[in-house]
Amino acid sequence: MTARNRILILVAAVLALAAVAVTSVLHASARAERRDQAQAGGPRVTPGEVTLTTPGRLIFRNMAWGPHRDELTTVPASDPSAPRTSSSVKCLRFYAAAGTGVCLQAVHGPISDTYRALILDAHLKERDRYAVPGIPSRARVSPTGHFAAWTAFVGGDSYAGTNFSTRAAIVDVRTGRLTPTLETFHIVKDGHPYTSPDVNFWGVTFASDDRTFYATLATRGKTYLVRGDLTTNTLTTIHPNVECPSLSPDGTHIAYKKRVPGLPKDAPWHLYVLNLRTMHETALAEPRSVDDQAVWKNPQTIVYALPGDYGADLYTVPSNGTGHARRITTAAVSPAYIG
Amino acid sequence: MYVADSRASTPAAGAVEAPASAEGAVRSYTGRRRAAVAPTVLALGTVSLITDVSSEMVTAVLPLYLVAGLGLSPLGFGLLDGVYNGFSALVRLAGGHLADRGRGGHKWVAGLGYGISALCKPLLLLAHGLTPIGLVLAADRTGKGLRTAPRDALISLSSTPENQGRAFGVHRAMDTAGALLGPLAAFWILRATVDGYDAVFTVSFCVAAVGVLVLVLFVPNTRTSPRPATALHPNANPHPDPAPHPGAARHPAAAPRPTLRAAVALLRHQSLRRITICALLLGLATVSDSFVYLLLQRRLGVPDRWFALLPLGTAAAFLLLAVPLGRLADRVGRWHVFLAGHGALLLAYALLLTSWHGTALPYAVLLLHGSFYAATDGVLMAAASAGVPPELRSSGLALVQTGQATARFVCSLGFGAAWTLWGDRTALTASAVALAACAVFSFTLRPRAKGTAPA
Repeated sequence: MTARNRILILVAAVLALAAVAVTSVLHASARAERRDQAQAGGPRVTPGEVTLTTPGRLIFRNMAWGPHRDELTTVPASDPSAPRTSSSVKCLRFYAAAGTGVCLQAVHGPISDTYRALILDAHLKERDRYAVPGIPSRARVSPTGHFAAWTAFVGGDSYAGTNFSTRAAIVDVRTGRLTPTLETFHIVKDGHPYTSPDVNFWGVTFASDDRTFYATLATRGKTYLVRGDLTTNTLTTIHPNVECPSLSPDGTHIAYKKRVPGLPKDAPWHLYVLNLRTMHETALAEPRSVDDQAVWKNPQTIVYALPGDYGADLYTVPSNGTGHARRITTAAVSPAYIG
Repeated sequence: MYVADSRASTPAAGAVEAPASAEGAVRSYTGRRRAAVAPTVLALGTVSLITDVSSEMVTAVLPLYLVAGLGLSPLGFGLLDGVYNGFSALVRLAGGHLADRGRGGHKWVAGLGYGISALCKPLLLLAHGLTPIGLVLAADRTGKGLRTAPRDALISLSSTPENQGRAFGVHRAMDTAGALLGPLAAFWILRATVDGYDAVFTVSFCVAAVGVLVLVLFVPNTRTSPRPATALHPNANPHPDPAPHPGAARHPAAAPRPTLRAAVALLRHQSLRRITICALLLGLATVSDSFVYLLLQRRLGVPDRWFALLPLGTAAAFLLLAVPLGRLADRVGRWHVFLAGHGALLLAYALLLTSWHGTALPYAVLLLHGSFYAATDGVLMAAASAGVPPELRSSGLALVQTGQATARFVCSLGFGAAWTLWGDRTALTASAVALAACAVFSFTLRPRAKGTAPA
């Protein structure tokens, strides 16, 4: 084959492949316009005032297509499928308590996305911001509104995934003092001090004493529920196989996802509730695998997200293992009840 | 990182973003030194550049895709990594050996490897669970394992013995440039679209297909049929063909048939055996990249938001230094440069161990880390090439690469255990001592150059 023919073949192939590539990019970017159109039959969303102190409200990230996609919206807690009132604040993950909100956002940079955590006041005004080192995963605020925590997946330098890690940060929103990673805390595992380069933390949940919190510790392929102490900077393992704990409003129970043997590797969890006094586990009536840090609507009711047509839908299930799971609204994620 | 085992020595694979200067740096040397580098090397460099753009596009968005696109928890990922490391070593040895057997085998085995990886990209569009995605990535890495040794053999066979270091340097620089450009392209697509992961994978496939095509059209076959080592190739390529090799001609067994037995017998070649042993020993004391970045962050207090950018620092230094250090290796001896590279790594360990916390320190560590790769990755292949007869070049290089990759894998297991038991400082001190000891031992063992080519 002559050099000229080779070049001709290459040019022809490059043109054909470029056409395929350009078509796929155009197709994907046309999606952007479609998603700015509200879908027929979807929830009605109107702009309005959203505050973190109006009792009886449920706030979440609205995932319904339309101009208010990804914004924080509010509905009456008693009627979650009612029309939504949206703020203009966009978050990937969100939580709020006692007039303090934490909003994990993506910042679209010229080269890649970076992420940040905004601490919001009761009117969703930014009080503080912190860099988040990876893809945001979980967000929580303490019942007092004094502490906020978030978890991010850090990595991306690994195709294989062994380098994937999580980073859990806690900030005292009153002083701005940030603990960028719980890895600096002292770990007591099974009664002994423990160090390992492979420890990961995620899913922080706070008690109301401004001192105690719970989280998941993972090391050597196992997960543990740890109780953390913000005064002594210690973490103590108290129960195995607990991920994304969520402390009940009265501080006596933990709702969490438990890895159940025999389930598929990519959907391995069922929702459980752990009684912290007796350490008795109760399986909840949700039959599907749940990958979310649940919230307590009240001591009897758990709320969580499951994948849905527009990203995620919110479901509820009784916290004592009875009853059955029920969808309360579509196209919503990261719920927070304003008490 | 993506190629942690199949090309254990290329940090650029982990690059997440790219500095704007990457392209310019490549251009500068191709302009000035084109004449010195065989067209085949430039063609292979182009193939690697294009292929790395393609694969790094996927690497860069994969975590985001898993978490944000599919809603999967990436922590459960990579459980089979240890098993796969072993498999990958076998694939690489098999690929290296197969390439030596057939006529023009190098090109076609390498092409098969590139082709498999290219076909994996559209498969990512169909895989929606962890297991199927894991299988696709495993297939992708199989392709990578298959092609590495034949490609390096082609580079070495199409360069003169005096030029090996430069040829590998040029190739590695082009390869790294692709790795830096890929994430830029991927994030540009994500920016222009909404959840455009499908577009990223489609474009990645198109780019990979161009890479395969460039290989098929512009990389000439090398003849690898059995012949006396001193015979010239009958139909020589327009560029310097594998000339009778000083290193190879010395050995009575230099013109063996490329059988499995002959490949195993390569270990009886004193110089290759020494290189393999040294690469193995030094690999045992080479702390994996992820640990280096973790140590940088913990010991030098690099802020979290810079963490993802650390591999870029290494890659940029590698890109800039690959050619100069390759040329230096041709002049002062590859083995000296190879050992000096480990000296740079040792210095990086030392900096990590100091209690001084200057702002320049992370940059210095990354520069040293990148120099280490620039002085060892291609240079080791250049050094090893001198000790392997052309007929078994691919098998021999596969052997050295596999030894090194396996040693590094063992090292990261050991380093993780040492960190758990004794903490990061002690683990790193132990690695530094081990590295120094291995370097001194390698210096005494070093293959002595007897031919005209510096070895």
